Amino acid sequence: MRTYLFMLLLCSSMVAQNETCNYALSGKIIDLHDNSVLPGATLIIAGLEKATTSDFDGKYTFSNLCEGTYTIQISHPNCEVKAYKVKVSGNLERNFKLEHHLEELNAITLSAEVFGNKTKTIFEQKITEKQLDRFSNSSLGDILNTMSGVSSLNTGNAVVKPIINGVHSSRIVVMNNGVRMEDQEWGAEHAPSIDVNTIGNITVIKGAGALKYSGDAVGGVIVTEASKIPVKDTIYGKTHVTAATNGRGGNITSTLTKSYKNGWYGSLQGSMKRFGDYESPDYILSNTGVFERSISARIGVNRFDYGVEAYYSFFKNEIGILRASHIGGASDQVRAINSGIPLIINDFTYEIDAPKQDVTHHLFKIRAFKNIKNLGKLTLQYDFQQNERLEFDIRRGDDANKASLDLALNSQTIRLDLDTNNTDLFNLKTGVMAQYQKNVADPSTGVRRLIPDYKRFNFGIYGVADFSITDNFLVEVGGRFDYFNIDAQKFYKSSFWEERNYDELFPEIVVDVFGNQILTNPKLNYSNVSATIGTRYTINDDYTLFANYSLASRAPNPSELFSEGLHHSASRIELGDLRFDSENAHKMSITLQKKGSTFGFSVNPYINFINDFMIIEPTEIRQTIRGNFQVWEYRQTNARLLGLDIDASLTFTKNLSFFHQFSLVKGYDRTLDLPLIDMPPVNTTNGLVYKNEELKNLRIELQSEYTFRQNEFPDNNFEAFIPETNTLELVDVSTPPDAYHLLHLHTNADFNIGKKTMLNVGVSISNLFDTNYRNYLNRLRYYADDLGRNISINLKISY
Amino acid sequence: MKKFKISILAVMAMTATFITGCSSDDDAPAPVNEEEVITTLTATLTPVGGGAAITLQSRDLDGDGPDAPVITVSGNLAASTTYNGAIVLLNETETPAENITLEVEEEDDEHQFFFTTTTSLNITTANLNLDGNGNPLGTTFDVTTGAASTGSYTITLRHEPTKPNTGLSDAGGETDISVTFPVTIQ
Repeated sequence: MRTYLFMLLLCSSMVAQNETCNYALSGKIIDLHDNSVLPGATLIIAGLEKATTSDFDGKYTFSNLCEGTYTIQISHPNCEVKAYKVKVSGNLERNFKLEHHLEELNAITLSAEVFGNKTKTIFEQKITEKQLDRFSNSSLGDILNTMSGVSSLNTGNAVVKPIINGVHSSRIVVMNNGVRMEDQEWGAEHAPSIDVNTIGNITVIKGAGALKYSGDAVGGVIVTEASKIPVKDTIYGKTHVTAATNGRGGNITSTLTKSYKNGWYGSLQGSMKRFGDYESPDYILSNTGVFERSISARIGVNRFDYGVEAYYSFFKNEIGILRASHIGGASDQVRAINSGIPLIINDFTYEIDAPKQDVTHHLFKIRAFKNIKNLGKLTLQYDFQQNERLEFDIRRGDDANKASLDLALNSQTIRLDLDTNNTDLFNLKTGVMAQYQKNVADPSTGVRRLIPDYKRFNFGIYGVADFSITDNFLVEVGGRFDYFNIDAQKFYKSSFWEERNYDELFPEIVVDVFGNQILTNPKLNYSNVSATIGTRYTINDDYTLFANYSLASRAPNPSELFSEGLHHSASRIELGDLRFDSENAHKMSITLQKKGSTFGFSVNPYINFINDFMIIEPTEIRQTIRGNFQVWEYRQTNARLLGLDIDASLTFTKNLSFFHQFSLVKGYDRTLDLPLIDMPPVNTTNGLVYKNEELKNLRIELQSEYTFRQNEFPDNNFEAFIPETNTLELVDVSTPPDAYHLLHLHTNADFNIGKKTMLNVGVSISNLFDTNYRNYLNRLRYYADDLGRNISINLKISY
Repeated sequence: MKKFKISILAVMAMTATFITGCSSDDDAPAPVNEEEVITTLTATLTPVGGGAAITLQSRDLDGDGPDAPVITVSGNLAASTTYNGAIVLLNETETPAENITLEVEEEDDEHQFFFTTTTSLNITTANLNLDGNGNPLGTTFDVTTGAASTGSYTITLRHEPTKPNTGLSDAGGETDISVTFPVTIQ
């Protein structure tokens, strides 16, 4: 092929005319897909034997050219060879675009990573495919947890929700393969419905600056992308098998990809994960098994200037919730907390009984793009998602096997985006989107709906522009407007309706009265404005400074608006508020980044002022026939979060390096002048990595994870009546657990077992010393210790 | 290029589906009658030698709503008397009210009532009826009063307790009911 091209080039080359021969041709080699620069591309002027390579910034120069037309052949290790004709009649600057793809099989990572892919003035963190391989049997939350500034809110060990810079749930937007996940993310015990094995790489943007995706990401945006597929005739795949001692289970996942040189491609992936009861160092955590299945398929065509892709994924996860955490009121809570060990410990089993969650998520999208000359890249996308959530509690009689919660959330989104990537100086990203969402709560559960039936319409429009003022100095400005309309059908208890004064505030929304329940039809509108402004200053080759201010505006979610009743999994009564307005967050963040082969770091201090912050906190004790329960009410307040994230790496020798991570966040309720609840404690991760490319790519990593005790927390303790002693006893739900230190060991190596087949073997031990600990951000910390030692073996075959 | 156009058309078709999806269907949802809620516990104490029965009742018609349970004791207990006690549990959010006692008795091995008092109150509770395995259930029981005194009398229902047990302290399980009555013996 290459020879053929060369011949063609030779034929078409022009003989230089012998006139003025002091012109220069220079420019950059750019990746067509994401506008990143491509270093190391070889440029040859056919017939002249002149050759050069693009430098680290993708720049190239040919000097001493005569007037005339030249054919330039450009090749790059991961691109198809391309030829361009250029007419030179003076000094000329010309950028060339190549279609660049990471080579999938050997996972050669691109040495030049271009920041500012999603936003240009917020420092972004990335997790590559290779790093992801080590987490094949983990959840998305567990993976993100390894980054500085990201922690997680857990319910046991299988429900892991990411927290970015101290906030979570609806304040974090997850973009899965270009689609905003609509998977009932408002609930504190609702984990993202994504199989990590479908992900090629993850980018975390700690801030709302990525206005293309949303305007309400008070915490940040998590962007997961599928692997790039090369444009060449090939078929390849990988199979990944993991087995682990803790939970006595494993995971198997397989991907097969076929692509053609004409741009067509298809990929099929499937995974299954099965674990039984997990174990803490001293006992079995009964009913914590997991059974996850997923399948996804992609088909599309990717041409030089246009492409279409259709994608479908199915995800089903059954998660057991620690049996001992299902309790019937404050007196049970006292017993559970005082016991020190779970009140129910059974023999190991793979069975998953109530309490449990059963979540199914379907995602379909179709996307088309076209590169239009002098305009940019135009993308049109439609997606459909269905999220069905079943939650099972311990129930009595005929209801024993019936779900207590059965919600089906359907969302459809259509979006049109334009990315004008045609000039170096000014770049504009703009677009519009519309979404229609419908939630249906099945009444046959025999339990009042926790989230009512509702329809929601969302319209959004955004624009983000960046200007390169000098080569080193870039300014980014953006704005977004969102309109939300919620039309709900909510049943209120008449006693609550009157206690809240809703009967006087909202008499017009009452539709009907059924005994002690009132059917209402709240229609709510929110208009939100969000904005970002930032700069990126490249001080020199090593140092870059990012500064960004962003305004995020978030409409209340259904849980904040409509909650009203006993939440079994939390053993508390939760109350929302119909009167809420949108919350607004002003976040300022600065990052100083130093790149370097021996020493590199990034330091990122930030401050986030959140006005009308929606927070749920205990307000009173309510007497019921089951004893007393704590009532948690949502309210709006002004909050301030102040934090610092640090990453650093140091290379001692060619084979040995050290890395460091540190995260700190302090959250205050400025109205009450009290600490905010559930703020991640200070934590630091340090590790030593030994790598030897000559020795089968051997990699050994020893990682130390130290989590300090959270010393700043609000006091939400209350008193409960204990019938056995006829006394009132304090229920300590506030005091955070002690600090803990965990050590983990990861090793892996590559073995070539055929011309095109490679075996990657990994052995990992987490919690090496089987340390007992409890995590402040685990909602089940009152009832049981966290996970004990886990030894896992993982085999990956690429073929 | 042709394929691209076809795809565009496909997307357009999707858009059309999307827009039709928006057309509202305003079916009002049906209210959910809570099937498991226990609103009312009534313990009827009938004197063995005859006489007026005393009832202890806790009634909370809004379940976990803001209204507190209404606790009523129909009268004082007589000193040194034995009463036959019987408990009835109702779900009065449904019409007619559902008798939950039947469900509890059906799953008798998974339930147990416990009766506890403050030390000041001279009452002993005994002779609880038994479940299928010969362990106490307590939907019926006997109460024997001692000398005149006052104090509180607490009835607790545990779901899935450890059986047999020596009392609330090692019974485990989850609390389905916990109601305290002020009682006077005269």
